[in-house]
Amino acid sequence: MTEEAKSKKPQWAMVIDLDRCTGCEACVVACRVENNIPTVGPEEAAKGRSINWIRVERYFEGEYPDVKVKFMPVLCQHCEEAPCEPVCPVYATYHTDEGLNAQVYNRCVGTRYCANNCPYTVRFFNFFDPVWDAPLDKALNPEVSVRTRGVMEKCTFCIQRIRKGEEKAKDEGREVRDGDVVPACVQTCQTKAMYFGNIADPASEVARLAKSNRATRLLEELGTKPRVIYLNKGD
Amino acid sequence: MRSIRPTNAKINADLLRPVNKPGRGWYATVTVSVLVVLAAAGALTYQFSRGLGVWGINRPVFWALDITNFVFWIGISHAGTLISAILRVTGAEWRRPITRCAEAITVFALMIGAMFPIIHLGRPWFFYWLVPYPNERGLWPNFRSPLAWDFFAISTYLLGSIIYLYLPLIPDLALLRDKSRGLWRRFYGTLSLGWRGTELQWDRLERAVRVMAVVIIPVAVSVHTIVSWDFAMTIRPMWHSTMFGPYFVAGAIFSGIAALIIAMAVVRRVFHLEDYLRAIHFNNLGLLLLTMSLIWFYFTFGEYLTAWYGNEPGEMAVFRSKMSGAFSPLFWGTIVCCFAVPAPLLAFKRFRTIKGTTIASALVIIGMWFERFLIIVPTLAHPKLTFNWGTYRPTWVEMTLTAGTFGYFVLLYAIFTRIFPIIAVWEYKEGFSWQAEHEDLPSLNEPVVASGD
Repeated sequence: MTEEAKSKKPQWAMVIDLDRCTGCEACVVACRVENNIPTVGPEEAAKGRSINWIRVERYFEGEYPDVKVKFMPVLCQHCEEAPCEPVCPVYATYHTDEGLNAQVYNRCVGTRYCANNCPYTVRFFNFFDPVWDAPLDKALNPEVSVRTRGVMEKCTFCIQRIRKGEEKAKDEGREVRDGDVVPACVQTCQTKAMYFGNIADPASEVARLAKSNRATRLLEELGTKPRVIYLNKGD
Repeated sequence: MRSIRPTNAKINADLLRPVNKPGRGWYATVTVSVLVVLAAAGALTYQFSRGLGVWGINRPVFWALDITNFVFWIGISHAGTLISAILRVTGAEWRRPITRCAEAITVFALMIGAMFPIIHLGRPWFFYWLVPYPNERGLWPNFRSPLAWDFFAISTYLLGSIIYLYLPLIPDLALLRDKSRGLWRRFYGTLSLGWRGTELQWDRLERAVRVMAVVIIPVAVSVHTIVSWDFAMTIRPMWHSTMFGPYFVAGAIFSGIAALIIAMAVVRRVFHLEDYLRAIHFNNLGLLLLTMSLIWFYFTFGEYLTAWYGNEPGEMAVFRSKMSGAFSPLFWGTIVCCFAVPAPLLAFKRFRTIKGTTIASALVIIGMWFERFLIIVPTLAHPKLTFNWGTYRPTWVEMTLTAGTFGYFVLLYAIFTRIFPIIAVWEYKEGFSWQAEHEDLPSLNEPVVASGD
């Protein structure tokens, strides 16, 4: 296992089983509601300004009618060797001791350098002040800060839920275990294609699945050591 | 042919004329450039009030004309200091009437280039967070980030080139002080630092200029290397290249010489300095431009050939978009502007005239601007995960700002020529004593200070 053993804290990781993913995009919607993601409208979206902390990428193999379609949910990979981190001139993005790639909105000045050096294109810029189409403006999550114009944002692995789960475990005087922390995308996945947990705990589901022969990481050859593990299609 | 020395009075009158009586061309230039700058200021205000969404940038093309202009103008700034410094250090006598032209380009181009890392920020009002300043939270900038290196490199270079422009200006400032009255006398008097032209002062000045000329060369090389490292330090295809440092420095000197030739041609025409900026200067700079064109082409060829042979999918996506894809008209246009036309034009003596070199330089400026654009946008438009491929189209805001950089440069340069002599008076005069001292030597730079063609 490549995960650092330096920290005693839980090491958060996600497993996505591509065999189970149907590409329904329920995770995209759940993430949007949970994390107060602004809606930019169809015109801006067509210009490439939409914000989706998680998206389902579609790849087509072959020519019609002999086509194979592949779905792949892509979110911030929380790389252990994250290329976005060293390039930020103000430390707005850094690595926590729980293996999270954190983004400090208040510190971000918006050079967009991190986004340019992200091989997964999972960092998003607020081109304008955020807006939420009605009735979404009445449904903001009070536990997640909204972001102002001019800063970068991206998947946090639902940091607000991680903190809650860790506090619950602490109150009960035990270590975190599977089920304590469930990010919005994982919770909503209809086919249970997504798993989340502490990969440093050998008893956890993600640690077990990460040892699968089907386990692979996105653009592994870059050496970024992602904390999102994909289980390849088995057919 | 030995030169006939014009009288000091004639040299003074000719070279100080732009300062005293700029003429109609000067006013026309200033009017046009002020209008362009006002338009750009309007666009910038609009951008600051609405947000960066008024630009054409998007995901994945997060940088476009902003960084193109940044790299381009920092490149132009290599005209001056670097060329003037090299010519000074190597004792090229023909440099005398062109050094200040070049040094002024450096300072103004650098100011304009350095503006972009600030105005392109999502929250430009926090630009000072990139600066290591003492603050109550003990926060530092990230010294691992090439953008933090940019800050140090550019501020060092700007400071250095201002000093390098200022030092050789001092004797001329004293000359202007002696020839002016009232407030201007106080202005020039303060700036000339009590220059009286004593033996000791000359000795110190010459020593300081010599030291600065040597010091500024590695600084200039490092600046454009660090600018190139903004790209080379990433893991993006066609950016992550070991030769980006020298490639960018060569491109910078290339576009810098072109800018210098154009500036000289304009100054010569507007201020009627035909006796001072002469065919020989354009010929010599044309030869330098030819050399840089060949070097630039060599680097470009090497860069693309290795990417092609590597045949790595990420690199090939970017490579194909430039060779035959959406960016190919710009790419081949760049090759035409930077190499295919200027190189043969400059290779033949009969075309290496004032007109010929100016045309070649204008093409090089256009080509090098697009070269910067083509380094930035095609790579960003083709991320590794092909689902996210994008494209880019500039908006009127970005185009107005780009036009504004040129207007602003012309304006600053025009104002400079109005306040300071654009040809160093004392250096020009010194050339005659140099020649008198070396009368017995075969003349190396023969027609340099002759009184006419």
